[in-house]
Amino acid sequence: MWCELSQANFSDEYQMEGGGRVPRTTRSAWSINRVVTHDVPVDVIPRRLWNEFKEPSMPDFDVSIYLPPLKTLKNIVDRMKNLSNFLVMEANLSGEMNLKIETDLVSVTTHFKDLGNPPWGDEASQEGGPSQSRDPEAMAQARVDIRKLQQFLMGQQVNPSKAMCNIVHERVVHLILLHEDVSLQYFIPAVA
Amino acid sequence: MPLSTQSQGDAEQYVLVASLDNARNLSNILKAITFKDHAIFSATPNGLKVTVEDSKCLQANAFIQAEIFQEFTIRDDSVGFQVNLTVLLDCLNIFGGSTVPGVSTALRMCYKGYGYPLTLFLEEGGVVTVCKINTQEPEEPVDFEFCSTNVTNKVILLSESLKEAFSELDMTSEVLQITMSPSQPYFRLSTFGNSGNAHYDYPKDSDMMELFRCTKTQTNRYKMSLLKPSTKALALSCKVSVRTDSRGFLSLQYLVRNDDGQICFVEYFCCPDEEEQ
Repeated sequence: MWCELSQANFSDEYQMEGGGRVPRTTRSAWSINRVVTHDVPVDVIPRRLWNEFKEPSMPDFDVSIYLPPLKTLKNIVDRMKNLSNFLVMEANLSGEMNLKIETDLVSVTTHFKDLGNPPWGDEASQEGGPSQSRDPEAMAQARVDIRKLQQFLMGQQVNPSKAMCNIVHERVVHLILLHEDVSLQYFIPAVA
Repeated sequence: MPLSTQSQGDAEQYVLVASLDNARNLSNILKAITFKDHAIFSATPNGLKVTVEDSKCLQANAFIQAEIFQEFTIRDDSVGFQVNLTVLLDCLNIFGGSTVPGVSTALRMCYKGYGYPLTLFLEEGGVVTVCKINTQEPEEPVDFEFCSTNVTNKVILLSESLKEAFSELDMTSEVLQITMSPSQPYFRLSTFGNSGNAHYDYPKDSDMMELFRCTKTQTNRYKMSLLKPSTKALALSCKVSVRTDSRGFLSLQYLVRNDDGQICFVEYFCCPDEEEQ
């Protein structure tokens, strides 16, 4: 999971104290009557290691689609979790997404329509040409562990202004929540 | 695709099609009999009967008449199958079982016959979920041979009077003892637990007693573990009839009103505990 927070939004004062003991950042917020201070322990990463912590790059996805309302998605995924450990997410460039589970006892498929596809979905491939000729009805799919999807959906208490999903066929599901200046990206690898 | 046109082309191949505008009218009543994984479904032109049994000593039946459904089409005189009830309930509640007024899940339940899965089409807010649940050959439900001509004692009580008693039942008691008599104590529930004995008496002229027809004094004990699930049916119901026959077999019949005010019935049969008076 990779989350970016813009520093300016969170505090008027932002201090780093090195000091030899556990470094802390102290955020303080002022309001009329009170000061609230949060001490958040951090590990300071030396500059020489910064390369190891890169924002994961946007993969070359096959399909990009807006997610249905997260509350609806959460209700359905919670129930599906009772029935199976794995779920297949598939979507196409016609705004359609399906969630599928299949076990010995039961198979369940939920169909979402008219979700809309982000405009840059068509330029997904850096090479330019091939994706534009992608059949809009063709589904890209990935089979994922339901618990990982549930974890992502638990974060839906924050009402995002945009929520979307990129799928690399049989490789990874990339979920993005945007809310004001905060972006949350969640990568779920596909399982066989 | 709208549920109504879903199977226009293949209506022929289904032996049973049942539709509800509000799936809760089925799922709520099924919750009242969910104490085992498997349920036997039996459909006739009159409607649907769902049976759950425990160790041949307890049987619960839920009756949903054909009139409750917006559509109920059956091709044979009788259609039966067995299905995993917990899976079915998870499917019926796939959209989370919201209680927002005006929002309900529509259901179309279809069955093609022996060897085919039970297919559910569920729709809420434009989102469609299709479930295919595997079915098994239905077991023959136990016939408790409980007939009204053999009933010795019968009372009908308003459920609210029993709800409190059942919620407080001493679960350390292995049995629930039911005494019915034309004379005192009329109708008594008793438990014998670790902390002592408890009795709940319902006089025959109580406001809660809608009908009192006891011909002979009878005291019977039933395993608490068998009767405990009936509390779910009690919670949903507005009235309950309690009957015992000459063998001491117990019949509990619950009158349940669904979301639309329509009436359905749930019935529990229970054998008396062997070591009796």
